[in-house]
Amino acid sequence: MTTEIMPGLALQKVDERIMTLNVGPQHPGSGHMRIVVQIDGDYIVACDPDPGYVHRGEEKMAEYRNYITNIPHLERPVIHDSCNVLYPYVLGAEELLGIEVPERAKYIRVIASELNRCIYIMYWLAIYGIFLGHSTMFMWPAGDREFLIDLMEKMSGARVTHAHFVPGGVRNDLPPNFEDVCLRQVNYFEKRIKEYAAVFYDNPILISRTQDTGVLSKQDAIRLGTTGSVLRASGVDYDLRVKEPYDVYDELDIHTNVMKEGDAYARSRIPWLDMMESCNIIRQALQKMPKSGSVRTKLKPNPKTKIPATVYKRVESGRGSLGCYIVSDGKTEPYRLKLSVPSFRNLIALPYLLKGEKLGNMPSVYWSLNYWPVEADR
Amino acid sequence: MSTETQPPDVTPKEKPTPAKKPEEKPVDLPAFEKGLSDKITEKFGDKIEVAFVKEDRVRINVGRENVHEVAEFIRDELNFDHVESVSGVDFPKDKEIEVVYHIGSYTDSSLSRQILVLATRAQREDNPIPGKDATILPTLRNIFYSVEFHEREIFEMFGVFFEGHPDNRRLLLPEDWADLPPLRKDFDSRGR
Amino acid sequence: MLKDLITPENANVFVGKLGDILEKAIDKPLGYAINWGRIWSLWPVHIETACCSVEFGAASSPRYDVERFGIIEAFGSLRQCDLVVVQGTITRKMAPRLRLVYDQMPEPKYVIAMGACAITGGLYFDSYNVLPGIDGVIPVDVYVPGCPPRPETLIQGCILLQEKIKRMKARKFV
Repeated sequence: MTTEIMPGLALQKVDERIMTLNVGPQHPGSGHMRIVVQIDGDYIVACDPDPGYVHRGEEKMAEYRNYITNIPHLERPVIHDSCNVLYPYVLGAEELLGIEVPERAKYIRVIASELNRCIYIMYWLAIYGIFLGHSTMFMWPAGDREFLIDLMEKMSGARVTHAHFVPGGVRNDLPPNFEDVCLRQVNYFEKRIKEYAAVFYDNPILISRTQDTGVLSKQDAIRLGTTGSVLRASGVDYDLRVKEPYDVYDELDIHTNVMKEGDAYARSRIPWLDMMESCNIIRQALQKMPKSGSVRTKLKPNPKTKIPATVYKRVESGRGSLGCYIVSDGKTEPYRLKLSVPSFRNLIALPYLLKGEKLGNMPSVYWSLNYWPVEADR
Repeated sequence: MSTETQPPDVTPKEKPTPAKKPEEKPVDLPAFEKGLSDKITEKFGDKIEVAFVKEDRVRINVGRENVHEVAEFIRDELNFDHVESVSGVDFPKDKEIEVVYHIGSYTDSSLSRQILVLATRAQREDNPIPGKDATILPTLRNIFYSVEFHEREIFEMFGVFFEGHPDNRRLLLPEDWADLPPLRKDFDSRGR
Repeated sequence: MLKDLITPENANVFVGKLGDILEKAIDKPLGYAINWGRIWSLWPVHIETACCSVEFGAASSPRYDVERFGIIEAFGSLRQCDLVVVQGTITRKMAPRLRLVYDQMPEPKYVIAMGACAITGGLYFDSYNVLPGIDGVIPVDVYVPGCPPRPETLIQGCILLQEKIKRMKARKFV
């Protein structure tokens, strides 16, 4: 018997063994969403994720703004990884508007994208530390990512939500001494993250909490359509920067990190290895970048796409493959813009993995899916 | 210092666009993608319509009666194994809502760049009662498990009911949403 | 002699005047002490509403350490906390939950509205699921502008809140 007190808040008759718990939006271990778990003693029987607390209607708003004014609100699903969220949109808009991007702009975009990936993964690791109760793991990544945020601030002027990518290239050129400063910071950053092995990854408490919990087998990872580090931790070698290179990724040498176990420990380790790979990519890009040149192809003030067309572009972001599907009908605003976000795609693994887990393991499994709730709601 | 390209609306004919491709069709169509679309055409004939064959993207338009069969063929014969995203597009002039599936493959390494775009159309009503009117499509959940949450989202955003889906419920909108499905074109979000 | 002064008629006047003297002597220092205790241990509730939570997390990081002001995000329940930092956009789905959280906190409690979206709806003011500002739902003490506000701005907002608390009457809640 269920009586509704207010929308979404209902009193339910408690079963004899199974209790329904609300790991709600106000919880140190839940992020910006609610997970309704039904538990039998200490074991989770069923789980029902309830996203939508940050659903701001990005896709509807995109239909009222033209291709340039769409940029500020489209980058806010993940504010610190904003370049990667804008990337497929910008690539799609360039194909629809039919413009070419200069070479130097492509390298700058690659560098910004890799920096943002590291910034995102560091914050994700910091929150993972909080969820597990490891406050040093909050302080270290949250402090070390400030070095990279400084670099992004030099490049674009803002700490987060850079709005640096535009259809046609990048907004501004790099400041004068950027290459040396960037190389120095990235080298120091790489030295710092190697120290995380001692405090986090070789920590026996972490190993006992996350090893062999939430195991996602290879067939299931493919069948559920997961993406990004969740997929690579289950043994599937798939990275969009290698398989479908965009911009100048086909000229860079990228190694994909794959682990076979598929448990929460592997999923927490793969982004860390990815960050070290990003440092290599940044160094290569800084070397190969053309030393001068234009960085933006100017557009007319209200760019129109002339032909009705559709385009689907995807990009490897910090969480996985982010896609953007644009339907245009020849006007200045897109007719329909759909962001296919990796967090929403990985969400389906949550009810699948939590069945049979202990309640105490829920934060470590839930956040190890590389899930960013604001992005999943768009 | 930036270079000025030719503004797009001065010489539209010289842009490399899909509209120009039919003239160069014998030479320019990418071979691998053409092979994929040929396999589907020879099995299903005129039940489907190949909308375009571009680099890495092949688009197939299907009617709602045949979409289930075509999806099964795509999964079994062509080795596509997961759906990346499902989007809905509202066409009030044609009185239809189009649902577009982007299907990819992780296992087959020759298909790792390809995305097959499968599009069907559902009938659109002017006063929708989501779940109880004629906007119905068969679900692809028993073929591709990964569409589960995506189809729920399309149900609440467009009002398209997926027949056979075990759980057609609200996902992102608030529980007390009593208005039109938001992503339809007659829902104007400004000033609401 | 005191016994002649205090008759049953003017005893209550005498007690009233004694109370006035005591109030003036103790109330101000006591109030100052109570407010001093409240200022230096503002504990925010662990509720993250939207994207400004990233900058709130950055404010707790070693560089912009907000813990030196006593603002630690307590891991416990919200019954021990006295500050709600509304971080970012409030959607129609989140607003009743935020009101519930605010009602469950014990007095004294303060609210900081962080970010342009919490003040007036910000960038998303014309979206269908977004409330135009949080001050229709819970009473706000300090507004911190920015999109997202830099961690230094948030710290300045916290210091403004401290100044405001210093000027508040402490005795009402005691």
